[in-house]
Amino acid sequence: MIQWLNDPGNWTAPGGILDQLRAHLQYSIIALVIAVALALPVGLLIGHTGRGRWLVTVANAMRALPVVGLLILLYVMLAPHIHGKGDTVYLLPTEIVLVLLAIPPILAGTVSGVENVAPDVRDAAAAMGMRGSQVVRRVELPNALPLVFSGLRSATLQVIATATVAAYLGLGGLGRFVYDGQASQNYAERNAGAVLVALLAVAADLVLALAQRYTVSRGVSGRFPRGRTSEAADGPGGGDLRGEGGGAADGPPVTAETPPSPHTA
Amino acid sequence: MRLLAVDSSPFGMFDYFRQHQDEVLNWLGYHAWLSAVPVVVGLLVALPLGWLAHRYRWAYPPLVTAAGLLYTIPSIALFVSIPSIIGTQILDPINVAVALTVYTVALLVRVVADGLGAVSADVAQAATAMGLTRRQRLLKVELPLAVPVIAAGVRVAVVANVSLVAVAGTIGVPNLGQLFTTGFQLSVGSPYYPPITLGIVLCVLLALAFDLFVVGATWLATPWRRAVSGS
Repeated sequence: MIQWLNDPGNWTAPGGILDQLRAHLQYSIIALVIAVALALPVGLLIGHTGRGRWLVTVANAMRALPVVGLLILLYVMLAPHIHGKGDTVYLLPTEIVLVLLAIPPILAGTVSGVENVAPDVRDAAAAMGMRGSQVVRRVELPNALPLVFSGLRSATLQVIATATVAAYLGLGGLGRFVYDGQASQNYAERNAGAVLVALLAVAADLVLALAQRYTVSRGVSGRFPRGRTSEAADGPGGGDLRGEGGGAADGPPVTAETPPSPHTA
Repeated sequence: MRLLAVDSSPFGMFDYFRQHQDEVLNWLGYHAWLSAVPVVVGLLVALPLGWLAHRYRWAYPPLVTAAGLLYTIPSIALFVSIPSIIGTQILDPINVAVALTVYTVALLVRVVADGLGAVSADVAQAATAMGLTRRQRLLKVELPLAVPVIAAGVRVAVVANVSLVAVAGTIGVPNLGQLFTTGFQLSVGSPYYPPITLGIVLCVLLALAFDLFVVGATWLATPWRRAVSGS
């Protein structure tokens, strides 16, 4: 496997590692952008108004659907109607499944993030004369951001994992090496594909963890530069909102209301 | 040559099931076994680890970080790498069971630690004041009180497992996922839905059954919650 990975030809050849990596990222990013564009505003609205919670329940129930089955079902349904060139016939069903898959965690994260904003904070914003839309944008969203990110991160993992399985249909991406290696009994290639997918998933999670660190306000995350820690964290807005987790873990506290997101692929 | 249901619409799944009953039930059995066993084993492993992360502050960050990292690895990557790690055959269902156990542990370590951590300090102090030893307090007070939180994690794990087992079907491991690959292969010319819809329906039913089982077990294990909500 190491030998296979060390062969520069396997990286730069057409359809090689670099090509498939680019394809994999492309499928994943398209799906995530669409899912965020749909789930984030809807989630903010549900959280802000408290109406439409059933949407979250429906989205969560969808998680019981087997992703592979959905993928193959959509492919079989759509394939006769798609006459585009190249990958379109595989890409469209895959993107639909990836978006469907990415919506529930982002939606659930956003809704519970907004709902977990302390009522006093919301009242204070209203008392300062903010309008509903201002409260959402300037108070609720920033405060909900840690949970939004946690939803986005689990959505990203699932999308990257499922994009791998889409190679079974015939789509590109790093899953190609896994399925092609398996089919041709080239186990070095298959295992290398598996390792590359795992590395990609870990790297993507790291990037999002960094993005989270730089976008979440310090007043919310409780992260303060050294020296000011005790004084700042004891302040009214500091450590309070974070709970006892402090800086130890990046994710939100696990409660019965916000169970961790499952793997689906 | 396979016997095929004449009706190739999604509703042909009933005919398809009748014609392939033995095979489908066999896959269903494998699927159920592969989804459930890892949750049981995973829970048994996660309980002591979660307790460790709860009991010793220094153990929490490394354990939870390691669990998070394991959870990041896509399932198909684990399914194909595990054989070279533990020396099994690639299509051995054991690989799937091991991979899903890894996920379950990764998911539940944190849930157990946080669930134990969520038990209020007053309750723990009251237990100590009543003369319970540390071990009695854990087994008789803290663990039972953490059951609802842990059960929520177990529900997520078992439902996710049903979907994940099907992924292993795409590399040829026998389970309901094979219905999807069969449907895919039979749909070359025109769509042939029966095995695909049958697979989806059976997977959802299986996930529902497991979920209900966990909910029921939680209900039985937490009689004090009924006492409160029933009054």
